[in-house]
Parts: sequence; C-alpha cells; structure tokens
Amino acid sequence: MEADKKLIRDLTPEIEKTSIKWYITFFIFFAFFAIGIYGLILQIDKGHIVTGMRDNVVWGFYIVNFIFFMGLSYSGALISGVLHLFHTGWRKPVIRMAELITIISLIIGPFFIFFCIGRLDRLYFLFIHPRIQSPITWDVIAICTDLFGCFIYLYLSFIEDFAILRDYTELNVPPWKKKLYKTLSLGFTGTEKQRKILSNARMIMAAMIIAIAIIVYSVLAWIFGVTLQPGWHSTIFGPYFVIAAVFSGTGLLIILMWIFRKIYHLEEYITKRHFVNVGVLLTIIAAFYGYFTFSDYLTKWYGSIKMDSILIDKLFTDYYSLFIFANYIGILLPCIIIAFPKFRTIPSITVAAVIAVTALWVNRYIIVIPTLETPFLPIQDTRPDWINYSPTWIEWSLTLAGVSVFAMLFMLVSKIAPIISISEMQEKDKIEILK
Amino acid sequence: MKEKEENESERSSRRNFLKKVGVGVGAVSIAGVAGTSVFAGNKSKSGEKIKLLSPDGTLVEVDKDDIKPVKEILNELKEEARAGLPNRKFCMVIDLARCKNARKCVEACQEGHLLPKDHEWMRLYLLQDDNHTAKYWFPRPCFHCDKPMCVSVCPVGATYKRPDGIVLIDNQRCIGCKFCMTGCPYSARVFNWKDPEVKVPEGHVYDPETNIPAVEGTVGKCIFCADNLRKNELPRCVTACPMGVIYFGDILEDTVTNGIETERFSKLMLDRAGYRYREELGTLPSVYYLPPTQRMFPVESGLEDSDESIKGRYKNAGPR
Repeated sequence: MEADKKLIRDLTPEIEKTSIKWYITFFIFFAFFAIGIYGLILQIDKGHIVTGMRDNVVWGFYIVNFIFFMGLSYSGALISGVLHLFHTGWRKPVIRMAELITIISLIIGPFFIFFCIGRLDRLYFLFIHPRIQSPITWDVIAICTDLFGCFIYLYLSFIEDFAILRDYTELNVPPWKKKLYKTLSLGFTGTEKQRKILSNARMIMAAMIIAIAIIVYSVLAWIFGVTLQPGWHSTIFGPYFVIAAVFSGTGLLIILMWIFRKIYHLEEYITKRHFVNVGVLLTIIAAFYGYFTFSDYLTKWYGSIKMDSILIDKLFTDYYSLFIFANYIGILLPCIIIAFPKFRTIPSITVAAVIAVTALWVNRYIIVIPTLETPFLPIQDTRPDWINYSPTWIEWSLTLAGVSVFAMLFMLVSKIAPIISISEMQEKDKIEILK
Repeated sequence: MKEKEENESERSSRRNFLKKVGVGVGAVSIAGVAGTSVFAGNKSKSGEKIKLLSPDGTLVEVDKDDIKPVKEILNELKEEARAGLPNRKFCMVIDLARCKNARKCVEACQEGHLLPKDHEWMRLYLLQDDNHTAKYWFPRPCFHCDKPMCVSVCPVGATYKRPDGIVLIDNQRCIGCKFCMTGCPYSARVFNWKDPEVKVPEGHVYDPETNIPAVEGTVGKCIFCADNLRKNELPRCVTACPMGVIYFGDILEDTVTNGIETERFSKLMLDRAGYRYREELGTLPSVYYLPPTQRMFPVESGLEDSDESIKGRYKNAGPR
C-alpha cells in the first residue's frame, strides 16, 4: 500500500523519534500519576476515612469523575459514529482523535468506581454473585459491552493505517514496531474485496456503538434515577445524561484538536473550518442540554415537593456560584461565542470548549453532592465532615491522576499510530482530485 | 407456639454450641448434636465416636459422621441467617409520646453489637414538620421495609430480605459500593470508613445475624437483633428503654411488647392512630410510629441530661 510520504511524515510525528519535549511532558504527567497512586495506597491502607466521604455524602469526587469520564467517551460515538454514518466529509482529520477519546476515557472511567468501592479485594463478586435487579449490574454489562464495541471500532479504523506504515519502507523504526504493524494490519493489502469488507464492518460498528453508548449512559443515569432521593428521582435523567455526555465529549474534542494542532503543527489538516463545524455542533447540543437542565429544575422548583424545594434552596444558597457557573455560564457562554460569526476564532472556540467541559464537570458535582447532603431525615450531627462534603487531597490527587493517565495514554498511542488517519486523508485527497 | 419455641431454643443452643466449638477445634468441628434433623439428622451414624477438646477445655465425644470442616459450618450459619425464622413477620412500634432522648437504646445497641462509638444503628432525631407544629423525638432504627430499596440495588446480594421480614447484611459478601446507602431514604445505613477496632470475643464465628465483627469498607445497620430473636429474646433497644417507647412483636400473631406491657398490634394502631414514616415513598416499612399525643414528657426534657456534643446535634433542629 502506498501513501503520500508527506502525509505520513506529518501525521506520525512521534513514531520514529522521541523528542525531549515528549519525555518531559510524559514525566510530568507520570509524576501526577505517581502521587495519585500514593494516595490510593494510603486509602487502601487506612480505609476510606482518608477521603472526604462520610455517612451522608457516601459518593464524592470519584463518582463525579466516573460519570464525567464516561461522558467524555461520547465524543467517539457521536463524532465518529454519526459523522461516519452520514459520510460527512470534514470529519476525517478529527475522527481518529474522537475515537481515541472514547476508548481512553472508557478505560479510565471505571477506575473511579474502583476507588469508590470499600472492598476492592471483592470486586470480582460483581461477576460471581451478580444480581440482575441492581442497576450496577446493568452498568457492568453495559460498560463491558461498550469497551468491547468501541475497541473493535477503533481497531477497524486503524487497520489501513497499520498497513500503510508496514509498507512504508523508509520508516525508520525498531524491528519490533515493524513486526507490530505487520501483525496488526492483518494482511490488509487494499484489494477491492478487503476494502468492501472493512468498510461494511465499520459501518455496522458505527451504528452499534451509537446504540451501545446511549444504553451505557442511560444506565449510568438510572443509578441515580431509580433511587428515591430528592433531585435524583427524575424520569428525565436518562436522556439528560446522554445529551450532557455528548456535550462534554464534543467540548473535549475541540480542546484536543487545539492541542494537537499546536504541538504537531497540523495547521494544514485541522483548519478553522473544523473548529467552526465542531463548534456549531457543540452549540446545537448545548441548546438541547440547556433545555433539559431548565426543564428538570423548573419542574422541581415550581411543583415544589418539600424535599425538592429544600434541595433547590440549597442549590441557590450554598451552591449558588457553582450552580450559576455550571448551568448558566457553562451553557450560554459557549453558545454566544460560537453563534455569532464575528466571535468565531480558533482560540475563542477553544476557550468556549474549555468552559463547557469544566462547567459540565461542575454540573455533575452539583447533581451528586447536594442531594446527598439533603436526606429525607435532616442531618443532625456535630461532626462538620459528616454534614458537608469537602474532598481531601487524596481525592484531588486521584482526579489529577485520571487526567494524567488520559494524557499519557494519548501520548503513548501517538508513538505507535498516526493521530490523524492517513488512509482517510488520502481518500479525501483522491476525491478532491477527481472533482 | 410452645412447640415452636422449643424448636427454636434447641436450634439456638445448637448454634451457640457450633460457634463455640467451631473455631476452637480448627480444621474439623461438630454439627448436628442430639439428632436435630435440620442438617445432619437423616444421615446414618457410623457409631464410631471421636473425642474432641472444645475451646473452654471440656472434652466432648461425637459421632464421626457428625464431623464437618469449619467452612461448611460457616455456610450453614449463613444459610440459616438467610432463611430466617419460620412463620414469623416481625414488626416494631415506636411510641413517640414516651420518648425523651434518654439514648439508652443507642447505648445498648452499640454495646450489644460491638459498634464503634461513632456508629449509631439506632439514631435519635429531633423533628418538627412545620413552624406551627410541635417538635418531637424520633428514634429511627432500620425500617426493615417490605419493599427495601437497599436490597433491590445491591449488586452482589450482600443485603437481603428474609421471609420473617428482617433485612440483613452479609459483610463477607458486601463490596462496599454504598449504593444501598444512597438507596435508603431513611439514612439507616452506616459505613465502616476505617477499621472498626473492636474487641471480638474469642472463638466468635461471623454470622450475619450478629454482624460481629464489623469489617472495614462494608456497610452496617440495625438488624432487629436477629441473634436475640433466634434465642427468643427481645431486641436490645426494646429492653434497654426506660420509658417503654419501643414495642416489638409479630404482626402475624398481632402481638407487640415493650418488655413491660403486651398489646394487640391492631388495637394499638387503631387506638393511637399508628402510622409509618413517609408512607408515600412506597417502601412499606415494618416499623410503625404512634404520634406524640398526650406526651409523658415535654420535648425539652430530652436535652436536660445529655452532654454538649449531643445537645449540639439539635441546635438547628427546626421545621422542614
């Protein structure tokens, strides 16, 4: 399989050599990761007493991070899945990144559940004593299926690229890497029949992962929705969580586009057009997301069942600034920036995306914590940590470790595979020449 | 009834015996004493006797066929603890007119179940429903709901509902996901955030009916003193209460007692307009409350004898 040399050079900046910058960045992330591991060891040794969680707020940062990371995995399902199905031309440079976000955040997400579990040593009980009535069991099944499906989908998109790298003789890499490409490309040579099979398989998987992703995130929402707790017991939670997940995934994609464009000088491939297109997508999703948020809180506030009104009171007093940031600024500002063409520049769209993603994390936080702080029976206690949740450094360090692992995995993948799909880009060139 | 009692006391003595002997002997122990038919009864005996030393130093002689490994005995205890007591449906009635926050129920509970001091399976709330309504003391055990949310959401079957109405936790099964704690609308569950550091009596075998010892990273809660019930004794909070606030009994027999008086459950409900806390949640609790009408004590008297840390809890108690 032959490919444009320039294309290969540009899109695989890290495969042949490793820059000092790469090592330094990797080391910094690794340091954060190591601190997190130290925190985790402390937590396993001393018990969950070292976290900020107590008997009322039994779920804290860990669960927030869990739903947040699972939400990020949506970018793959949406951007690559939907755009693939509809043959949207401009998707090609960003599709690989979206798929990588999906698989990497899907790997990281469940780890936060493990941190939250009191007896990690009994984790396998989930498989040997499962009870199908429990939404956690639904979740285990759904996440495993999703991981499997997304992995296949990602791999399918890699096969052609591996074949290109295998056949590119000038590639100066150690023999093990060459061997790896040879194995992973599964003997793909680009015959008509092979292409057809691969394209069909990708089509089917694109449709599948959209469906699986919707199920995964709905199940996640139902973990909260099925309980009787004020604020959680809501029929809207399934679709609300799904749209919130797409929102964060799209936001993260914009951020990563910006980072990769800057570091690897991909200005030629990722243009303003991509930022605007993904940005517009973000705005449309933000509109839906804002609508769901509004409708959820409006019914709670207007109907005013006693427990709901106590919760709303709490949100508008103790959590006022977080609430305003998450549900007003975090939704409206990205919309305003992207909706008006004169604000649409690459940096401003990126800033909008950063705001959107952070606000969504905060939104998850004010869904989980305030509800647990307002149980049906009032908290009557003298221990401050039993009344209000505040995370300890261990929870912070593990959160940062999660982000670091995200970055590290991305960096490692960039050592082996192209960060933008070479085969897709090539195809695009051909089409353009034909025109 | 008599027969049932006999059967139970026989079973419970055997349980205690098992517990005593079970660990001490080590790899093997004895089951099925005196031919009770539940587990070992129908087996033919070999007639061959073996002498064993029990932990308290007594020499005992048992049939060879009755000897089983300890692991099997633990499983039997657990199966028994899952099956519950036959033909029973336990219920509790709490008379709010009599409660004055004496906290004897809490203390007896903590002592009996070897709980750390900051673990309260029984908790006392000072509630007020509205500005215009009165405050009242509200003891809250686990409600042992008939539609228990905690049991529904448990992913590994660690917490379960027995036919006799009791909801228990097997803390050797619990993975500590805390989903049951967010599921319970009554905050009845506590988590072992750290090693409980309790002194467990020697030779004690774990059994969900005592839930001793507590295990770090697992959930605990009021168990209606299932261990006492098997011995035909009342729960510890019932006997400890100096005011006779808590009645305990069997809804099938329509009888409840606070250790001093025994009442018809249905009559108590009728005469005193008994109710369940937040009926609208649909969890169908087994704990009923009698409204605080014609109180025996003014509500403030509940704060008189308590120390500062307890008083502090109720500083902000008000309408909600």
